[in-house]
Amino acid sequence: MQRSLVIDPGKCTGCLQCELACSYDNESIFNPSKSRIKVFSFHDKGRFVPYTCTQCDEAWCMKACPVDAISVDAASGAKIVSDELCVGCKVCTVACPFGTVNYNADTGKVIKCDLCGGDPECAKACPTDAIVFVDANWTGLERMRTWAEKTDAGQQASA
Amino acid sequence: MAWAKNILRVNLTKGTCTNEPLNMEWADKYLGQRGLATKYFVEEVDPKVDPLSPDNKLIMTTGPLTGTSASTAGRYSVVTKGALTGAIACSNSGGFFGNEMKNAGYDMIIFEGKAKTPVYLFIDDDDARLLDAGEIWGKSVWDTEDWIKEHHQDPMIRVASIGVSGEKGVLFACVVNDYHRAAGRSGVGTVMGSKNLKAVAIRGTKGVQVKDYKRFMEATAAAKKVLAENAVTGEGLPAYGTQVLMNVINETGALPTRNHQTVQFEGAHAISAEAMVEPRKSDGKPNLVRNGACFGCTIACGRISSIDRTHYTVAERPQYQIASGGLEYEAAWALGAATGVDDLDALTFANFICNEQGYDPISFGATVAAAMEMYETGVIDDKVTGGIELKFGNERALTELAELCGRGEGFGAEIGLGSRRLCEKYGHPELSMAVKSQEFPAYDSRGIQGMGLTYATSNRGACHLRSYTVASEVLGIPEKTDPHSTEGKAGLVKAFQDATAAFDSSGTCIFTSFAWTLEDVAPQVDAACEGEWTAEKLLEVGERVWNLERQFNNAAGFTAKDDNLPARLLKDAAKVGPAKGLTNQLDKMLPEYYELRGWTSDGVPTNETLNRLSL
Repeated sequence: MQRSLVIDPGKCTGCLQCELACSYDNESIFNPSKSRIKVFSFHDKGRFVPYTCTQCDEAWCMKACPVDAISVDAASGAKIVSDELCVGCKVCTVACPFGTVNYNADTGKVIKCDLCGGDPECAKACPTDAIVFVDANWTGLERMRTWAEKTDAGQQASA
Repeated sequence: MAWAKNILRVNLTKGTCTNEPLNMEWADKYLGQRGLATKYFVEEVDPKVDPLSPDNKLIMTTGPLTGTSASTAGRYSVVTKGALTGAIACSNSGGFFGNEMKNAGYDMIIFEGKAKTPVYLFIDDDDARLLDAGEIWGKSVWDTEDWIKEHHQDPMIRVASIGVSGEKGVLFACVVNDYHRAAGRSGVGTVMGSKNLKAVAIRGTKGVQVKDYKRFMEATAAAKKVLAENAVTGEGLPAYGTQVLMNVINETGALPTRNHQTVQFEGAHAISAEAMVEPRKSDGKPNLVRNGACFGCTIACGRISSIDRTHYTVAERPQYQIASGGLEYEAAWALGAATGVDDLDALTFANFICNEQGYDPISFGATVAAAMEMYETGVIDDKVTGGIELKFGNERALTELAELCGRGEGFGAEIGLGSRRLCEKYGHPELSMAVKSQEFPAYDSRGIQGMGLTYATSNRGACHLRSYTVASEVLGIPEKTDPHSTEGKAGLVKAFQDATAAFDSSGTCIFTSFAWTLEDVAPQVDAACEGEWTAEKLLEVGERVWNLERQFNNAAGFTAKDDNLPARLLKDAAKVGPAKGLTNQLDKMLPEYYELRGWTSDGVPTNETLNRLSL
């Protein structure tokens, strides 16, 4: 079964444990500035919103890459950058409509979420389940369950 | 490892920024943050120094765990000689600034001297420069932070700054980072202002390493589990924040009310955590928007609040119709119960102003309370207050003074003196509810005896964050003791003081200690840092730090006479509630405390004690 990262900003407290886990897994150091997932704080609205690559099926980054450095991992569906092939031209960062592919000036390569080989560290590190890794075909299941319960409660009350 | 092993020394007089290696011998004895920065401070600064002179120094400091994935490990502290107290000051703050400092490659930043004109320190990893603050001097904390991010075209910069109150010499000004997290007490922001230093802006991209990653991940995961499964850190604090205490402490009969005239507040519920989640009439939304975390914190006790848009404070002022840092328990008490004001929106507004202009809501609210008592007893009148009707319970007086104090204007400037100086000025020093010139926080020591000893002996003046015996005496953590009894409290206070100093020196938040002991901290520090770190060694560091702070204060001129409480708490018995008839029995606890500490009856560490602690 293929899985997807599902993010619920309503549960996010903005603690950045996901960024710490991501940078440690990818860079072997705690360094939020090298995280593939970013948490945005809209401080005067009281909103914290994690954001990362959604692994598009027809990935613009992959199609734009002139040296075929981005490939699909068949098992996880992740679009993965090969550091061997990447020449740091940054065309993928322009092509991505969501901004989730970014250049790392320290290495001269681009970085993006690779789903940690199918077991994303950000989801494991999240203390509030704001980031979960679930069945790619049923990312709406939990939300449906919540509304199913609410609908049923309403019907019971009116009955 | 864990430590960046690098210090930035900023000489404001000369305008220079230089790097120097961290003294690792001291790091092994004082760990980091509160302990290590205090060691640097006492080595470099004359204890008799005037806090507001260029000869005073100010240190921003992280702990070894700061910036790692240990829960709550984003803390930093500001260490200096306090403007309010004249004692050693160490004010701790969360948010994201400490992590950024560490990521830029600095364990601490030592500021010395005084800039000729207002400046701010800008750090982009190795690039550290003092820049002209002419355009932001006179701006609020909020506007300063926005200006710096726009000016440098970098929204990821983290900023710690002072507001107008810190520029104008309000003696309890804070250093505020990330809009509403503050190094709050003792006037550390006033010292920063006296140096013409408006802000510190940092962008750090180097990362933080630990000694043994595998062991560190295991230790931090186990410790996070302890926090998640604990009723206080896993349920109470995330849902209600520290405000969960308002009704509890009121029922305990230890909620200081109207300048400590009584110990229970009839309006407590209206300003409690429970009230913050009730939908209001105007828009059906509650005061609490959501909880928010500091860097790396898996507790997330922070309150993000909004004010009723129809409330008089904001109806005509859309800039305050936002979500921002809401009431924590101590602020809600000081702005509310201490002043007799039970209007939740007025308190939230005053709290916003405290954050926006950078001053301590505890000292502010408590000083307003003292002024209210002087007003009601005719000691001061409308001429003094500038026409403000300063009666207990008058929310409009509170919010007007909050704005005046924020700008250092009118009677707000006099409130900015703090209660000790204000009450002395008008001939009634006995009405100042303070120790070492710092106002009490939200626990009346007649109803919680151990807190009397906590306040009297706190190295930074009255404070709950030096030994929170409320945990034991009220909440039963780690075990329940009788809040009305003095028995065993000397030992309890000493144990809490030493452990707290160790937590503070690690870079983690003291709120973890509702669930963690040093046995939980030690494996995390040990996996992160060079050397061997056991709970015993951490406790020894804590005791060493406590004695070092004490030595500084003694050398600064404090004596055993200053380990005291206002007569009101020692002579006027509580009138109501479970503690009715009780005064604080400090004299029963203090001699035993000195003895346990290994101090003389004059409160001076003996040579034997100093030798034992390698001081």
